[in-house]
Amino acid sequence: MLELRSITAGHGRGTPAVRDVSLTLEPGTSTGLLGPSGCGKSTLARVAALLHRPDRGTLVLDGTPVTRWRHRAPREQRTAVGVVFQQPRLAADPRLPLHDLIAEPLRACGRRPEVRTRVPELAGRVGLGADLLGRRPHEVSDGQLQRACLARALVLRPRWLVCDEMTAMLDASTAAALVGVVEEYRADTGAGLLAVGHDPVLLERWCDRTVHWSELAGRTP
Amino acid sequence: MAEPATPPEAAPVWRTRPGRTAGAAGTRTLRVRLSAALVLATVLAVLLVPALVPLDRQAVDLASKLLPPSWDHPFGTDEVGRDLLLRSVHGLRVSLLVGVVAALVATVAGTAVGAAAGALGGWTDRLLMRLVDTFSAVPHLLLGVLVVALFRPGVWPVVVSVALTHWLSTARIVRAEMLSLRSRPFVDAALSGGASRFRITLRHLVPGVLPQAGLAAVLMIPHAMWHESALSFLGLGLPAHEASLGTLVQNARGPLLAGAWWPTLFPGLLLIVPTLALAGLAAAWRDRLSPRTRSELML
Repeated sequence: MLELRSITAGHGRGTPAVRDVSLTLEPGTSTGLLGPSGCGKSTLARVAALLHRPDRGTLVLDGTPVTRWRHRAPREQRTAVGVVFQQPRLAADPRLPLHDLIAEPLRACGRRPEVRTRVPELAGRVGLGADLLGRRPHEVSDGQLQRACLARALVLRPRWLVCDEMTAMLDASTAAALVGVVEEYRADTGAGLLAVGHDPVLLERWCDRTVHWSELAGRTP
Repeated sequence: MAEPATPPEAAPVWRTRPGRTAGAAGTRTLRVRLSAALVLATVLAVLLVPALVPLDRQAVDLASKLLPPSWDHPFGTDEVGRDLLLRSVHGLRVSLLVGVVAALVATVAGTAVGAAAGALGGWTDRLLMRLVDTFSAVPHLLLGVLVVALFRPGVWPVVVSVALTHWLSTARIVRAEMLSLRSRPFVDAALSGGASRFRITLRHLVPGVLPQAGLAAVLMIPHAMWHESALSFLGLGLPAHEASLGTLVQNARGPLLAGAWWPTLFPGLLLIVPTLALAGLAAAWRDRLSPRTRSELML
């Protein structure tokens, strides 16, 4: 279970971007979160991925309440949630070739020996050819880069996956291919999914259930 | 299985620079080439001239004191008859050594302080930056004079003095760059991939600021050389037996009043021309760097 209990979160002073929002994700299921742009759904996604400390509220990850965030969070908790961001250009270190981009989490977690097997396997899954793996982010297209970012999110086999507008920058066929990869991964591992987006057609088809932002906001359980 | 995203044949990636006219690009290229040629000539002169010219030219020879430039002595001789070409090239060598070492030390120190402040944030950042402010509040030539005065004259006190007073701007640049990099989503992605703060700093943030730090180092070399010369000219820098360009110019004040212009002009030119060439190269590098960082941010 990934439970967000009455989360209030924002950036600095002023009105918080997320006010008193609760959402529960069941393992193995996929939840689509719909909302207009600027409503705070990305902030909520970042809270769910332990990347943003909420001002109030609790995040319970597989039964354990999360008390520390970002680099202070224990590595097991942080890596339990894989994240794919909206803009692959900004989410990729411009200096790392795609191969190193995908291998980076394994290296950071001291699982270097798995690089040889996992990276080619995942590159094949997301449809990146061997010649693309040697290129740097500025030498590939947005779609190719987002494929690499999805591979990076999956490389540690997370139990949860947060896709924050994963397909917003992509053409329809690439979007369909990436959704296919996510679903294939979930079928293999039974991971839970939170897909954030503003496209109801895509989310209705992709997810077991979709919730609209207006249903969540300001509702105390 | 997704369909492969690899294009059938990979097209080469060209870097284009829109918005630059051919004329401006031509002037720029000429400036870069001229600067590069002058820097190369300086390095060759510093390496080759002392080896090619016979050593007895360094000896005191009162019979040939203050000779004007001639084929035998292209830069003339000084007030005790030493060949000024050889003295000047030796002086340039010392000045370059001091400039390069001081610039490197200052850059490494500035990068370390700026990286620590930018990566750790919070109280560390505030303390380190107030330290930088405190150092900046004192005129840096004065602080340099104070540091030199603590030691016996020689090369190393000058290096320490110039390095100690010049890491501040690098620290500020590196910190600002770190702060901008730290808020980029790829840092979030690295955190989510289990990277520690230390690893993020070393693997993602510091490599990102190295081009800026390298540029700061190269821009610092001419500045450090001028500082060394200023200290030597004030009589606080290098002693006469390891003369730098500043020492030579200082010693030439007497002969200048007696009408001998060459002991001032040639060492002065050797100080000004190579440092301007180096600064020109650094400026071209900075121009190259900024559109790329901008495009990386925009994409």
